[in-house]
Amino acid sequence: MREKILWMLEKNSRIDLKELAVMLGTDEVTVANEIAQMEKENIICGYHTMINWENTSEEKVIALIEVRVTPQRGMGFDKLAERIYRYEEVETVYLMSGGYDFTVILDGKTLREVSRFVSEKLATLDSVLSTATHFVLKKYKEHGTILAEKPKDERMLVTP
Amino acid sequence: MRNFLSDKSVGLKPSGIRKFFDIVSEMPDAISLGVGEPDFDTPWHIREEGIYSLEKGRTFYTSNAGLKDLKVEICRYLKRRMGLDYDADQNVLVTVGGSEAIDIAMRAILNPGDEVLIPQPSYVSYEPCCILADGVPVIVELKEENQFRLTPEQLLEAITDKTKILVMPFPNNPTGAIMEREDLEAIAKVLIEKDIFVLSDEIYSELTYGQEHVSIASIPGMKERTLVINGFSKSYAMTGWRLGYAAGPAALISEMIKIHQYAIMCAPTTSQYAAVEAMRYGDDDVAKMREAYDGRRRFLLHALHEMGLPCFEARGAFYVFPNISRFGMSSEDFATRLLQQEKVAVVPGSAFGDCGEGFIRISYAYSLENLKEALGRVARFVEGLGGGQDGASHA
Repeated sequence: MREKILWMLEKNSRIDLKELAVMLGTDEVTVANEIAQMEKENIICGYHTMINWENTSEEKVIALIEVRVTPQRGMGFDKLAERIYRYEEVETVYLMSGGYDFTVILDGKTLREVSRFVSEKLATLDSVLSTATHFVLKKYKEHGTILAEKPKDERMLVTP
Repeated sequence: MRNFLSDKSVGLKPSGIRKFFDIVSEMPDAISLGVGEPDFDTPWHIREEGIYSLEKGRTFYTSNAGLKDLKVEICRYLKRRMGLDYDADQNVLVTVGGSEAIDIAMRAILNPGDEVLIPQPSYVSYEPCCILADGVPVIVELKEENQFRLTPEQLLEAITDKTKILVMPFPNNPTGAIMEREDLEAIAKVLIEKDIFVLSDEIYSELTYGQEHVSIASIPGMKERTLVINGFSKSYAMTGWRLGYAAGPAALISEMIKIHQYAIMCAPTTSQYAAVEAMRYGDDDVAKMREAYDGRRRFLLHALHEMGLPCFEARGAFYVFPNISRFGMSSEDFATRLLQQEKVAVVPGSAFGDCGEGFIRISYAYSLENLKEALGRVARFVEGLGGGQDGASHA
């Protein structure tokens, strides 16, 4: 039941609870309780809106930064990550396997803002060995949704 | 000039759906609930295999019965999903959709005058295919009070000395009815006793809700008298690829291959390569689509219940079949008026046989938003007709 609720919410967090209950073959109270409980347990951590900013007049720059670090004794990666993810302009932080340690995704207003963050905040952290900054040129797909196209029903209107 | 047309063809009734399609076509902004195919695109990894096969230049005929790899995968699939044992070389034929399998099976089995039992309401092609094969269609009317299942009593009543084939269209289009194991066992008993062959059209086998599909071929004593017809259209959302298959007794398959090789040569090569991928790695896609259909099915049944339209609880395919008889108009009139007043297209039940009169077919191969909007309009329409029944009478 929980997974089913999550799958539905992940696709559409604005779904009507009553509808959700009908589709899962249960009642509204059960669904509401499950959701409340999952919010409490930090399984559901928030509800977001997917926006294609490219279609607005808002200027945005998104950067993906590969960060290599030396974890310090007694600190490990988690403490270090925290020093990075606390920054408000940091959108996402992942610990990675492979050639570098953290992926940091930055959601900035301008190129200058991003470069200032990298050079002044990120690169100056003691444990940071190196950074490589990549700017996003175009978003094609996000969160399982293809941004470029609006789906269109190609089917004939009535078929057997 | 003399009349060049065959009496047999001229005598065929035009499809009731075709007629309605022409009306709907003139209303391009209508919301349709009338489609008999999935709203999902074919999963990309399957499409990709089709593209890859074209890139590799696999643009030639395959062997008549189909690609060996595909036949092997079909046998594995029938084993893992239905517990059926077939030999890829002897028991399987890859066809151009399930439709071709229906056609050539009738042609391979029937002698002039042989009777074919066709339960209705059901898919539109059994009857014409039977007539074209010189068979005599005998309609068995499925009843709402039996949840549109075929009962052994009805079957016995319809059997004569001339009965050769029973068509088993379950999970059913348009009613959404299924047959469970006990139902099939009861039918099987009669068929074995009366020595009748079965064409089991299981094209919707992956789309059952709440219980797994059971193939009548898996009932003891039935495999040797059953042709299982299935395909990729509904389960993998591959309607346009035109690919299906038949599995059954070697003697019948080899006759069907003969007809198939003269009429068709082989099923589309690109589609066959894509289908291999579908069978190997498509189970998750099917499960996801099934889950989505099930949610919509519940939503639809609930909405119909709320507006007081009685509707039996469909548990298969992607259709519900509400009863509109009490409004005192034919299902065609109901559908036409609904289209004109509210711009919602549904298919009149009568398009699936005379006994579909009094019902309409609503497809839930649509997004939830689409269904919500359309059902709101249907509710308004029903309200305008003086409202539905009290919800309590919901079956």
